[in-house]
Amino acid sequence: MTGPFAWFKWEALFAEWTVFGEGALMTLAASMLALALSLALGVMFGVMSTSHWKIAKAISRIYVEFIQNTPLVIQIFFYYHGLPHLGLSLPVFSIGVLGVGVYHGAYISEVVRAGIQSIPKGQREAAYSQGLNYVETMKYIILPQAKRIVLPPLANQAVSLVKNTSVLAMIAGGDLMYRADSWSSQNLYYGPAYVTTGILYLMLCLPLASLARNLEKKAEVHA
Amino acid sequence: MIALKGIDKHFGHHHVLKNIHFHVKSGEKVVIIGPSGSGKSTLIRCINLLEKPSSGEVHVDGIEITAHKAPVTKVRQSIGMVFQQFNLYPHKTVLENLTLAPVLVKGVRKEEAEETGMKYLERVGLKDKAHAYPAHLSGGQQQRVAIARALNMHPKIMLFDEPTSALDPEMIQEVLDVMVDLAHDGITMVVVTHEMGFAKQVADRVIFMDEGKIIEEAKPEDFFNHPKNERARLFLSKIFR
Ligand SMILES: Nc1ncnc2c1ncn2[C@@H]1O[C@H](COP(=O)(O)OP(=O)(O)O)[C@@H](O)[C@H]1O
Ligand SMILES: [Mg+2]
Repeated sequence: MTGPFAWFKWEALFAEWTVFGEGALMTLAASMLALALSLALGVMFGVMSTSHWKIAKAISRIYVEFIQNTPLVIQIFFYYHGLPHLGLSLPVFSIGVLGVGVYHGAYISEVVRAGIQSIPKGQREAAYSQGLNYVETMKYIILPQAKRIVLPPLANQAVSLVKNTSVLAMIAGGDLMYRADSWSSQNLYYGPAYVTTGILYLMLCLPLASLARNLEKKAEVHA
Repeated sequence: MIALKGIDKHFGHHHVLKNIHFHVKSGEKVVIIGPSGSGKSTLIRCINLLEKPSSGEVHVDGIEITAHKAPVTKVRQSIGMVFQQFNLYPHKTVLENLTLAPVLVKGVRKEEAEETGMKYLERVGLKDKAHAYPAHLSGGQQQRVAIARALNMHPKIMLFDEPTSALDPEMIQEVLDVMVDLAHDGITMVVVTHEMGFAKQVADRVIFMDEGKIIEEAKPEDFFNHPKNERARLFLSKIFR
């Protein structure tokens, strides 16, 4: 009887380390693309939710409520199993980026909305009184101020986002989690596989988490 | 220069302005006084459409800005406004506060906006603060910057909504001095204030508001010495107590 962390299992893992390396790279790539997508969606829907245009507000509300109140896994399965029926078959990597990006876009939208609403309304009035229009006021006056407030919670969102790309494993996405699953299900060396995977996620997320903490400290100093 | 014709303003069921007729000639200085909640801010904010009247017309410099598709942002460029809470842009330096709008909406060259900006900062006595951030200035200094910011748009009209009400007493005079100086320029001014000294010194006309109506309108000496309206008398006796 050998233990789950027997040395020969580790040796097998080190010999095939590229499996995990490639998985980590895939996770990193999916994370960066999903983050870019979620930021774009989050800013767009966050701004829409604070506008006086009722339709824009309603659309933003529906998006946020729909996404936040259904499990990410179901959303991913919808893109994977549902979209092909509508004539749209996406590669699994794209599904991961899309699914995770849309999911976190909803949370970021709420972060952006709260940030915009925390700016005193006198700022908007001063800008309007000088002849700035809505877009100019947002771009030059409101969003730059909201940015400082929004950055720490955004960095926290980025941490969750990296971890949530592991849903790709459920649709054979080739990401870090999937590589660990498939490698260890062949040789049953689960111990080293999941410890290594955990450490790799930690290496991706810890810098982001400490960035979030630093931004929070900075925000406190400025407040 | 400014004409409000039959303005009504409702906030929900709350009838805040009631059939207001208000005219200001070019170069005239008008002071608006009245108890808290009487609609002074709402009235002055209707002039640049920060508040949209429920009915009635607002004309500024010959343009009806309440009309459909009126060039509101364009007209606002010629109306400076100074707020009770200063509302400086905290993420911009003092000089950037002065140059942002002229460069962005009037297309003034940056160097030119900075040059005129420095001139106005000198005029309000804050040239040395050009590169400071608003958070590092006192309330009185911030309000003087706010005045300079409005002036750097070269407005025809200046609106002031209780510009000294949020200030510590020792800072009120420095702001009033700037406003008196400005009044000598011949610019059109509408000022909501309870500073009677200022009103006596510069106002051509004092307007007294109560419960959403203009109920007395007179030269400052007449208004302060012999208010005709009972509520105006009561209000003045409270202020001078
Ligand atoms: N945005 C608003 N929504 C609802 N009620 C308002 C709003 N602004 C002002 N009011 C109400 O309108 C009335 C007049 O307000 P305001 O013009 O600020 O008076 P004043 O400046 O003379 O103190 C007050 O009763 C105030 O509560
Ligand atoms: Mg007021």
